[in-house]
Amino acid sequence: MAKKNEAVEEKTAEGVQEVVERTVDKEQFSRERMESMTHYVYKQVSSVVFGVLSPKMIKKMASAKIVTPELYDKEGYPVDGGLMDVRLGVIDPGLRCKTCGAKLKECIGHFGYIELARPVVHVKFVSVILDLLRATCPETGRLLIAPEKLAKAKGHLDKIEEEEGQAERRKAVKALVAQSCRGGKNPFTGNKLEKVSIEKPTGFVEGDRRLSPIEVRARLEKIPDEDLEIFGLNPNTARPEWMILTVLPIPPVTVRPSITLESGERSEDDLTHKLGDIVRINQRLFENINAGAPEIIIEDLWDLLQYHVTTFFDNDVAQLPPARHRSGQPLKTISERIKSKEGRIRHNLAGKRTNFCARTVISPDPYLALDEVGVPKIIAMKLSVPETVNDWNMEYLKKFVQRGPQEYPGANYVVRPDGKKKRITEETKEAALEELQPGYVVERHLMDGDIAIFNRQPSLHRMSMMCHRVRVLPGRTLRLNPAVCNPYNADFDGDEMNLHIPQTEESRAEAEILMQVQTQLISPRYGLSVIGCIHDAITGNYLLSKKDDLTPQQAMLLLAAVGITDLLKVAGKKKISGKEVFSMLLPEDFNYKGVSRSGDPVVIKDGKLIEGTVDTKAIGGEGEGRLLRLLHKQYGPARTIKILHQIANLGIEYLMLSGFTTGIADEDLPKEATNQIDDLLHKAEEDVALLIKQFKEGSLEAFPGRSVAETLEMKILERLNKARNECGKVIRQFITDKNNAAVMMFSGSRGSITSLIQMSACVGQQALRGKRIDKGYSGRTLSCFKKGDLSPESRGFILNSLKKGINPKEFFFFAMTGRDSLMDTALRTPKSGYLYRRLANALQDLKVEYDGTVRDASGRIIQFAYGEDGVDVSRSENGKIDVKRIVELE
Amino acid sequence: MVHKDLAEFEDKLPLKLLQEIEELAPAAKLKKIAKKVLEEYEAAKIDAGEAVGLVSAESIGEPGTQMTLNTFHFAGVAEMNVTMGLPRIIEILDGRKSIKTPNMEIYLKSPYNKGKDIREIALRVKETSLGDVAKEFSLNIGDLTIDVVLDEATVKLVDATFDEIAKAVEKGLTGVSVKRSGNVLTLKLKEKDETKGLNELYRVKERAKDVYVKGVKGVTQVLPVKRQEEFIIITAGSNLKKVFELDFVDTDRTVTNDIHEIRDLFGIEAARQAIIDELFKVIETQGLNVDIRHIMLVADTMTAGGEIKGITRYGVVSEKASVLARASFETPIKHVINASLKGEVDKLNSVVENVMLNQTGPLGTGLPRLVAKREE
Repeated sequence: MAKKNEAVEEKTAEGVQEVVERTVDKEQFSRERMESMTHYVYKQVSSVVFGVLSPKMIKKMASAKIVTPELYDKEGYPVDGGLMDVRLGVIDPGLRCKTCGAKLKECIGHFGYIELARPVVHVKFVSVILDLLRATCPETGRLLIAPEKLAKAKGHLDKIEEEEGQAERRKAVKALVAQSCRGGKNPFTGNKLEKVSIEKPTGFVEGDRRLSPIEVRARLEKIPDEDLEIFGLNPNTARPEWMILTVLPIPPVTVRPSITLESGERSEDDLTHKLGDIVRINQRLFENINAGAPEIIIEDLWDLLQYHVTTFFDNDVAQLPPARHRSGQPLKTISERIKSKEGRIRHNLAGKRTNFCARTVISPDPYLALDEVGVPKIIAMKLSVPETVNDWNMEYLKKFVQRGPQEYPGANYVVRPDGKKKRITEETKEAALEELQPGYVVERHLMDGDIAIFNRQPSLHRMSMMCHRVRVLPGRTLRLNPAVCNPYNADFDGDEMNLHIPQTEESRAEAEILMQVQTQLISPRYGLSVIGCIHDAITGNYLLSKKDDLTPQQAMLLLAAVGITDLLKVAGKKKISGKEVFSMLLPEDFNYKGVSRSGDPVVIKDGKLIEGTVDTKAIGGEGEGRLLRLLHKQYGPARTIKILHQIANLGIEYLMLSGFTTGIADEDLPKEATNQIDDLLHKAEEDVALLIKQFKEGSLEAFPGRSVAETLEMKILERLNKARNECGKVIRQFITDKNNAAVMMFSGSRGSITSLIQMSACVGQQALRGKRIDKGYSGRTLSCFKKGDLSPESRGFILNSLKKGINPKEFFFFAMTGRDSLMDTALRTPKSGYLYRRLANALQDLKVEYDGTVRDASGRIIQFAYGEDGVDVSRSENGKIDVKRIVELE
Repeated sequence: MVHKDLAEFEDKLPLKLLQEIEELAPAAKLKKIAKKVLEEYEAAKIDAGEAVGLVSAESIGEPGTQMTLNTFHFAGVAEMNVTMGLPRIIEILDGRKSIKTPNMEIYLKSPYNKGKDIREIALRVKETSLGDVAKEFSLNIGDLTIDVVLDEATVKLVDATFDEIAKAVEKGLTGVSVKRSGNVLTLKLKEKDETKGLNELYRVKERAKDVYVKGVKGVTQVLPVKRQEEFIIITAGSNLKKVFELDFVDTDRTVTNDIHEIRDLFGIEAARQAIIDELFKVIETQGLNVDIRHIMLVADTMTAGGEIKGITRYGVVSEKASVLARASFETPIKHVINASLKGEVDKLNSVVENVMLNQTGPLGTGLPRLVAKREE
């Protein structure tokens, strides 16, 4: 029956043939260690074997035989031989297990069994049984393959299985059998073979006679082991007759705990209900057989038993009505427990939950270092770090215990060497202090400098979980430097993030070395910096690098604010340029050549910004800031992150000094500009009208491979887009650096030319699926237009700007595209999520071996050198080694 | 062959880097620069134990959320509809046998690619059916025959002869005998169908319209396009093998986007490259930056077995040795049942199984298996 060897833990492993364990240390040693540290893992599971349980095995591993469907007696005590038998484990606190003597949570539970009055088929093996019945001789049990072919078959079949899998092997066996049994003749006896068919879900029919499970079992028993091997079964783990159940194992009560409702009533688990049904029908069947009841009644009960056993394994069999609660809700039986996202495997086994974690809203704090996280005091007092007491830190830790859980930095628990955990309270404080001695562990409050792992969902890449150092702060939000928003993809419109506190030295070391923010600067996706300045930090630096006339006072103020104290260079000058101030942050031997967004060169020579403006292309995140990439390469992560922090703060400080704001007035254009734009748009409309006229007259020439109507659409679309782009040119012509919206656009910190055009000139053509809007009524988009109207205004062209305000018709079109893009996002997220899951599952085992090859878990070579050259993307510059720069440096 | 000064680096540096050095560095400094490059190259090499698979999965999965779902796109004025964006990525990674919009880019040999008669050449590639070349179908109810009048001009255009068409119809249309006189084909129902009479005749007429007569099967649309200095033909529908049989096609550069077709025609290495190219093309047009190495790794995993295996439960995942790893992906019960039949042993060699058992997996910091002996 049961398909999986559930015993994975060491204890149960002994009896159950298969879990192989490896003892790493000698028994004596482990016992000694066990005493001092309870959770020391000294054994490792080295393999798990799967097999089918034989009836013998089921009885052997059972500690109770279940004979009655009753659960509790009048006093509410579990009935002996009932489904909640005390020998099956404990679920009530305070009781001890009758079988192993352990308490609740210590006893993992024990199996029981039921002797079935008549055998029943295990649903999950129906297809195998059917194949076997069809492929074997009803009399002898031999595989129906002519002996001369049989010899060759095995090797051939094994090869098929290895290459194409189990399913193909079975097909091949079927084909061989079909060859040997031409014309339905048994190759051994020459008798005619009746066709075995299936009566779904669990019935077998030979010819027109129904085979009872007893007959099926008898046939399966006859099949010799050698033949099973050829068929593809391993007779040691899966004799086919075991697939017809004669005894049914009863899972331990710990697997199906009952819950006591508020009213004091007990509510049983779905599995217990189902097992109750099975036991009840089984008893009735026994009684009826013993009483010599008519065959029909027995048959009916037998079928009912089959139904209950089937639904016990799988309550979602296509041909059967699912077993339901009285309320009508289907029971969750074994299959449903294992399956799907919420099932045992994906939810409990592959997914883990932790203690020592926190979650709240996040907010920005540029004064935190990039690798810091601001933790509210309330949280810091709940989360703790275990510190082992030794001779040297005894006094230090005593102070924490002294302060207790209420006062900050205090301690919440003291753990004795035997593993007993004691909560510190006002009352127990003195006793705990007395008791404290080396070997004890104090769980003290979280403090500045502790290691924490910070995470924001969806955790799409490894930079979604990074290690930060704790800074305990007042307030109620978790805080982070805005420069690390990029890798987390976080903003502060109500986002929440999670914090985890590693509890062992190993995990802390690993987190610090492998996961700290510094180490994640360069994305393994494209080999450039993911972390970089955002928003104001970019704008500020952009403006600063354009500013020529700072007073020394201003410069000193700025530099002091970002932590530069050596101000001698600045002192004494009359005027200082922003470039000089920016250069103060750079290492003195730093050289950089790049381009700004406007395409002008940016040159840094010997740590001095000589030419150009600083913008996203130099200091931005998400693969834009090339200056950052170079800094990282030359000065390493720690220094880069420090400089980046200073650069970001310099930008922000400069904006605070000079003032920076944007408002609706930034979208104002001079009269001259609006006139030009009006002319442009007017011209475009005229051109489109002309195109339409040509089309209606039939003088429009079609593009090759397109119809005239399609050509017209394309031409109109092209013309209107051109018009909008021309508007952009006009805007560019008229806006100055005084316009802060434009400054943000030029520096690359926020906004684009399109958004400026849309706000101040013309929203432009709304497109659905790459076409102008043509949906709605027949022949027209809205009822206020004439049928067949092809004019821009009736097909979703928004002439007005957002500042000027759009009219109702335009608003309608705007809403259409807006909705369409919402739909797109809503549909895309689950699709890409599933793709990601599949990729991650397929590729998760691939790793680089010591020889440089990439192999999967079974050692199969996937690549001889990772990426053909063995280069780690996160150590490359955009995937390359920059030969050009090396040449230039020489 | 690389420069003699670089000879000693030949087995230490990848060829691409060597070529780059030779190209960029002054001849006198070759050695010195190569040494520097080698230094940087060694520093950039990947560590053993690195979970490159997962990093690649992240690198492709993460930008997936930023891709558009747009199924179709019009690149410029005169190009074909092609599936792009996320759906195309999914299509490629699934390893689907039939793709939504198969298409080819046919490059032409020298005299043909100048643009002269390009539309005629394109038409010769397109699949032509009887309906396309026929002027009219007339039913002769009395004799139960159909007269198909062929249009001489179109027939010439597709580079066919009347005889050819007659033969093709005879071959492609069952239950009918074909007779030709001039530009008229007479289709006569074979006797056994005569009993069914008129209905059958009408049915045959409809069928006759779709009978293949000339061109490349599967190519439903052709479009001549100017690429840089030459003309190429873009097609909807793909049949590389037949296209290669045409004498004016430049077989060296002509490509299709159907990966399975490439695999059948050129083998698995070409298919691998096709997967890389196709994936990269999509990611690039979406304006995303993903390193080619990640795409290579995915392509290599899909093709490592010599067949194209999709990133699905029937493909790559089903190949895994570990029962638990397979079960944790999809259809866990099926996997566990089949494992029990064979008595499979899960050696716990990969990641998820060890996560399930709360043990360290053989990856990254879990890779070195050190056991310290304790002093007695």
